[in-house]
Amino acid sequence: MTDLKRQIVEQLNLQHVKAEDIGDDQPLFVEGLGLDSIDALELIVLLQQQYNIKLNNAEDGPKVFQTVRTMADYIKSQQS
Amino acid sequence: MTEPLYITASCSIAGNIVAKDNKLLFANKGIAAQPFLVSVYEHFAFNYPRFYKMDNLCKLGWLAAEILLDQSFDKAQYQAGDVGLLVANRSASLDTDIRYFETVKTMASPALFVYTLPNIVLGEICIRHQFKGENDFFIFDNFEAGFMQYYTAHLFATGALQAGICGWLEIMDNRAAACLWLVEKKETPNAILFTEENIHHIYQTTHG
Repeated sequence: MTDLKRQIVEQLNLQHVKAEDIGDDQPLFVEGLGLDSIDALELIVLLQQQYNIKLNNAEDGPKVFQTVRTMADYIKSQQS
Repeated sequence: MTEPLYITASCSIAGNIVAKDNKLLFANKGIAAQPFLVSVYEHFAFNYPRFYKMDNLCKLGWLAAEILLDQSFDKAQYQAGDVGLLVANRSASLDTDIRYFETVKTMASPALFVYTLPNIVLGEICIRHQFKGENDFFIFDNFEAGFMQYYTAHLFATGALQAGICGWLEIMDNRAAACLWLVEKKETPNAILFTEENIHHIYQTTHG
């Protein structure tokens, strides 16, 4: 999850956030890390670029991008 | 007779120097535009995380507006719809358009795409300050003091504006240049008349 946090910070240009300060279960959107809809698109790009995973069903987005842990679990599920 | 208008404050960011009302506030020579803009943000200890996500044109405009309005603008005197922005530049959003085009070759960046219009900077300033008045972004080969004066005065005369943030925001080839001024109906101790000559003088002081 450490690599994923670093990739999120880099992809989303979160210069004010340190990767190690992002909690595994911290919400990524709104009250958590404060990401917005454009960031959601960037996370989809990140999955495709870094892990060759395409999020085919947009409705899965809110569940997949809930936290770093849910993202990591989704990546593992797609790789296995 | 038309009511006189006044320039009640001005701010410039050019040549890696930040000045307000012709007073030097910050300089950081010898670095490129992007790190310079971040250094300005850090120097003034602004706290607006969204800043980091902006493209360079928005960073430049956001910083210039922030410094222009700080302690010079009493927002409480105006309705949100009374405050507008009239800005111009030469290169539109080309600085970001080129960066976006580079990403298209591999995977297009949504975060860059949303900044591939020059007027987005006006939206960023409006979001920050909750302004809802007239917004215009013009593209000129060169700075047109006469047009800026005429069009701004027209908007005041028709009642569309009670206060205006106007000026020039240009970024290209790693060079940033901003010159914003605040136009109001009230005369303040350091205000100067809103005339073509005075606009030209402010612009020349920055870009001369």
